[in-house]
Amino acid sequence: MTSEEKKQLLITACKVRIGVIESTHSANSGHPGGSLSSADYLTYLYFKELNIDPNNPSWPDRDRFVLSKGHAAPALYAVLAHRGFFPVKDLLTLRHVGSYLQGHPNMNETPGIDMSTGSLGQGISAAAGMALAAKYMNKDCRVYALLGDGEIQEGEVWEALMFAHHYKLDNLCIAIDNNKLQIDGNVADVMSPYPIPDKLRAFGFIVKEIDGHDFEQIESALNEARATKGAPFAIIMDTVKGKGVSYMENQASWHGKGPNDKEYEQAMDELNARLAELEAM
Amino acid sequence: MAEIKAIATRDSYGQTLAQLGAKHHDLVVFDADLAGSTKTSIFQEAFPSRHFDCGIAEANMMAAAAGAASMGLVPFVSSFAMFAAGRAFEQVRNSIGYPHLNVKIGASHAGISVGEDGASHQCCEDFALMRSIPGMVVMCPSDDVEAKAMVRAAYEYNGPVYMRLGRSPVPVFHNSDQYSFEIGKGEIVMDGTDIAIIATGLMTAEAITAGHILSQKGISTCVINMPTIKPLDEVVVLDAAKKCGRIITCEEHSIIGGLGEAVCSLLSEKLPTPVRRIGVNDVFGCSGPASELLKMYGLCADNIVTNALDMIK
Repeated sequence: MTSEEKKQLLITACKVRIGVIESTHSANSGHPGGSLSSADYLTYLYFKELNIDPNNPSWPDRDRFVLSKGHAAPALYAVLAHRGFFPVKDLLTLRHVGSYLQGHPNMNETPGIDMSTGSLGQGISAAAGMALAAKYMNKDCRVYALLGDGEIQEGEVWEALMFAHHYKLDNLCIAIDNNKLQIDGNVADVMSPYPIPDKLRAFGFIVKEIDGHDFEQIESALNEARATKGAPFAIIMDTVKGKGVSYMENQASWHGKGPNDKEYEQAMDELNARLAELEAM
Repeated sequence: MAEIKAIATRDSYGQTLAQLGAKHHDLVVFDADLAGSTKTSIFQEAFPSRHFDCGIAEANMMAAAAGAASMGLVPFVSSFAMFAAGRAFEQVRNSIGYPHLNVKIGASHAGISVGEDGASHQCCEDFALMRSIPGMVVMCPSDDVEAKAMVRAAYEYNGPVYMRLGRSPVPVFHNSDQYSFEIGKGEIVMDGTDIAIIATGLMTAEAITAGHILSQKGISTCVINMPTIKPLDEVVVLDAAKKCGRIITCEEHSIIGGLGEAVCSLLSEKLPTPVRRIGVNDVFGCSGPASELLKMYGLCADNIVTNALDMIK
């Protein structure tokens, strides 16, 4: 990755974060914390990794992405908008009556959404089914899914992991956004799923642990995933919930509420200052 | 009189899948360690590379089938009704129903006629659960001929379908040469003007028997076979209500949430008519031979006749 590419990714991810704050403020609800923790991974995925065409969102041979942690929709919508799937200004309609930007992703309403999700644990199964279908259909496309660390408390996730390993779905790459917080508090206190890497290895995955806010590490993990044959791949990302907005960072209380006017102003000041700094680099 | 053949609709399902599979390469099958029982094993033998066992993990199976459908395949997904409609309800609702994906659920071992396995496996709630999902087609064949036609129709239809199949052999009363099936259409098996019996699944054969008994008693009986529970054939039900003024519904399902309630809902809004619902009366089943259990729970011609006579007197 050149320094210019990295700069562009940092700028895009900052704009995505601005989109998250603007849309959840406009909705007066939504999930900014887990959107901000996954913003960097989603930015890299849609701008560097996925083989997609914003002008032809239902192109049959495209790579697929399933947001298994569907509540991070504001980040995915912001990434899709900046990638050209729909106008950035529409982000302000998030969760409004009549908007195609539903509270959780809807594949039939929003261009670029490959699977309707929101009920935790189901997205990874759908992604595994897509990967299985791609193999059966002799398609070269790859399938990606992003899960929350709290989400893997769902039993269905482990059913899906067994399935992915059993059918040797090496065209499937899952990522776990390990921001260590869920609605009721610390993931470790609510119901510990740790140690995640050991458990995933025991389920037959090739596992890579990275800093989920470091684009070079994201790139290297995704390159390794693509080169891996015979087994599914998991990227476990150490992330910060609320990353990029000072008062939201590492606060479970920012899991599921939108910023009020005053909080919005502060978040926008911080993000716009960061954007100006990046653009001046 | 020639002996009437009896075939379990799960057998009809497995055989038809194998026939369809030969022609349609987009047809794939998912099962949850029950292929031998749901009879998807017949498809598996013919097309092993297109039959995906998911293990005892129905939640993942349903959502994985949704993912496969989103890629353009036509997955038929099977387990026992208890687990397909019951355990995996929310996966069916959110990953198949909400996105309206082209997944066909073939759920076997439904109802009391599961027999010896007992209440834990006798799903009498699947119509209620599946009917409540917007856009879900809910069907239940009455015999081998209808089951085969239904599986073909389900393949041709674009959208989610739930098909309820039985474990026990049921008499084949349709003539395959003359029978045509359409999703959402009821079938008048016997016409009459005193009372109408609307039945689905294995209760249709019982309703026909009851119809003959009642006719011999001089009661002009209309018997309607209703293979599609949702969308309900409103025209057939309203015509029967208008013509007969009395209706009995028969299903091997709870009287809550199934065919009987669907008929009552329609009639109460459009043509209030007295209705008796024959079904499982808000109780759990128990172990025993299917034929004994069906009698014990009133799912038989005799009980239909008793109720009809009581309504008419």
